[in-house]
Amino acid sequence: MEIKIALAGNPNCGKTTLFNDLTGSTQYVGNWPGVTVEKKEGRLRGEKDVVIQDLPGIYSLSPYTLEEVVTRNYLVNEKPDVILNIIDGTNIERNLYLTTQLVEIGIPVVVAINMMDLVRKNGDNIDIQKLGDELGCKVIEISALKGKNTIDAAKLCIQVAKAHKHQELPHVFTGSVEHAIAHIEESIEALVDPKELRWYAIKVFERDTKALENVKGMNEDLRKHMELHITDCEKELDDDAESIITNQRYNYITELVSRTVKKGRVEGALTLSDRIDQIVTNRILALPIFAVVMFLVYYVSVTTIGSQMTDWTNDTLFGEWIEPGARSLLEGAGVSDWLVSLVVDGIIHGIGTPLGFVPQMAVVFLCMSFLEDCGYMARVAFIMDRAFRKFGLSGKSFIPFLISSGCGVPGIMATRTIESEKDRRMTMITTTMIPCGAKLPVIAAIAGFIMGGAWWMAPACYFGGIALVIIYCIILKKTKYFNGDPVPFVMELPQYHAPSVKGVLIHVWERLWAFIKKAGTILFLCCAVMWFLASFGFVDGSFGLVESKDSILAVIGGILAPLFAPLGFGSWQTVAATLSGFVAKEGIVSTMSLLSAIGEGVEEYDAAYHDAYLAFFPTTMAAVAYLMFNLFDSPCLAAISSMAKEIGNRKFFWFAILFQNLGAYVVTLIIYQLVGLAVGQVAFSVWTIVALVLLAGLLYLIFRKAPEKEYTSVGQIATA
Amino acid sequence: MKTLRDVSVGEYANVVKIHGEGALKKRIMDMGITKGTRIYVRKVAPLGDPVEITVRGYELSLRKQDAEILEMS
Repeated sequence: MEIKIALAGNPNCGKTTLFNDLTGSTQYVGNWPGVTVEKKEGRLRGEKDVVIQDLPGIYSLSPYTLEEVVTRNYLVNEKPDVILNIIDGTNIERNLYLTTQLVEIGIPVVVAINMMDLVRKNGDNIDIQKLGDELGCKVIEISALKGKNTIDAAKLCIQVAKAHKHQELPHVFTGSVEHAIAHIEESIEALVDPKELRWYAIKVFERDTKALENVKGMNEDLRKHMELHITDCEKELDDDAESIITNQRYNYITELVSRTVKKGRVEGALTLSDRIDQIVTNRILALPIFAVVMFLVYYVSVTTIGSQMTDWTNDTLFGEWIEPGARSLLEGAGVSDWLVSLVVDGIIHGIGTPLGFVPQMAVVFLCMSFLEDCGYMARVAFIMDRAFRKFGLSGKSFIPFLISSGCGVPGIMATRTIESEKDRRMTMITTTMIPCGAKLPVIAAIAGFIMGGAWWMAPACYFGGIALVIIYCIILKKTKYFNGDPVPFVMELPQYHAPSVKGVLIHVWERLWAFIKKAGTILFLCCAVMWFLASFGFVDGSFGLVESKDSILAVIGGILAPLFAPLGFGSWQTVAATLSGFVAKEGIVSTMSLLSAIGEGVEEYDAAYHDAYLAFFPTTMAAVAYLMFNLFDSPCLAAISSMAKEIGNRKFFWFAILFQNLGAYVVTLIIYQLVGLAVGQVAFSVWTIVALVLLAGLLYLIFRKAPEKEYTSVGQIATA
Repeated sequence: MKTLRDVSVGEYANVVKIHGEGALKKRIMDMGITKGTRIYVRKVAPLGDPVEITVRGYELSLRKQDAEILEMS
């Protein structure tokens, strides 16, 4: 018979390391239904019929965060055979808090005390036997990082699961609370599984409405009767029920720890980690160290190794070897032109585009996972919180923005380290406003060919991008959805430790593989569609492979062109080039060159190019508007598909796309009309008034008073 | 009322009462800050907020604004 072991524990307790050690290469990664919380499952090494379910790292089984709700719903509804609760032995008090809740669910619990080597090194001593007797469950010492006792812990779980023995509950609460709980148990006895009676009774006492949705047959009379007992107890102890429970749990733990743990260290003595932290988050040194770390991340992932590998994959591997090779092979075999184009430009190029991002993403994930595992990422949030909170972002948003200046795809993926879903989504929507590497050719073309090589154009674009991020965040933060924090910023700063190489590599591989699978399939399809639109069309009444000026894309460009007339670039060529920018932003320049008959491969400034480009744009202002729109509209398909995957919500994804494009349109319209008027390149028209109205609207959205801010619970988010 | 915000860096203080309600209060208590808990204010972030405290033997950071719900002695 199959046995299911659920791994539960606090964040940073070594749960993932233990999971990797127990399951080896049999992991399956997915999402919990309906939410973007990662779900991992695997089988115990050498035991095919033992399934190990990794649960999100949580501090409590409260109803306030997604992770907590996911965990308790799983434990209560899916009923695994046994819970393996991992505890960080160096931080035993707070870790035991979750244990006191887990034992109440009615599933046998095995406690594994991790980091025992560190505990001993600190001179502490934990009386395992006594701790187990008091908690009413088996306790085992392990070291997940060194793989010590890990399999024994799993075997102990199997043994406990097979024994089906009732575990004695610890006596956590005082007389008056137990009295109220006993009354509640009596009232709901007939409504719930006897094993879960204690769990539900305590949840009723805490007035945890989310847990009670599962209890059928609860009526108003019953509720009123139980409420009487709760309020009596609250009056007696002068606190709210939820706080009474938390207080008494911790009081019990303090007692328990004083009986079972002997501290070898004096209070206030500094560990190695504390000493590192004294320097790393020092008031004066913290920011310079942060700048150096960020520079290294940027240097490694964006300017050197990462982009070199991606360029090599795109330009050499696919551009010089595979694509031309396949082309000559097919042409040699006498295959018709359209088929060659389909295979080479459509399919191979379509597959090559997402694959080109993989090496850079590998480097970015390697950096991210290293920073996260060693404990520095929490410090990033600590150091940057104040600066980013003003715009409604988390301090951790800094990293996605930084990476996005190289490429938006890994930038979007880097948002994963942000815990709060709202902050994560807001960062994803805005992060691609920062011009990425592929947008540089567009900037260079406009600044070079139209403005005679204005040096200040590129920095202006970056500052414009940053300004827009800030403006968008301020506006979004005042909307109903983004207002309020789902989780208050109360964050643990874990001890620094050297990350395990195996853990980091598994982590990187999981994320890469998820990208290749999901983004790869969507992206491949999109690239194929764009290829079709750009290569096919009607000429002389017959449908077939055509020059780009006759393609369907050109026709669509023509249809959409009037829409862009108020922005100054209403010709079909510029619009078609913008559309091609959705495949890859660097495609904008090559498409424009193709359409202007300059030919591809334009790099240096030449008077002839100046004239050819000028033909597209009546004024410099129009060219600037064109550049702006292309920088700030929705990103390329690769980034869009990563965004779709990371957002994990169709409605919200379309909101993001609409927001980005509408935002780019409105901002460009305002700048083109008003600045153009000021410098005398655009005449006063009805659009000037539209621009003024839009500007007023924008300013209103920025400066309007934010609705009253409050911390919302997950339950409220779900109904909002 | 003296709150955690008023405790200077390098000082110890005990929690007298936790004000407020809902998610913030629950989260703070879940992290081990309960009535009578001894807190050491270790440092303030370089930009002046949040603060880092030691509670129950581990390091925790919270914003000054949220620290105001903790009445200290």
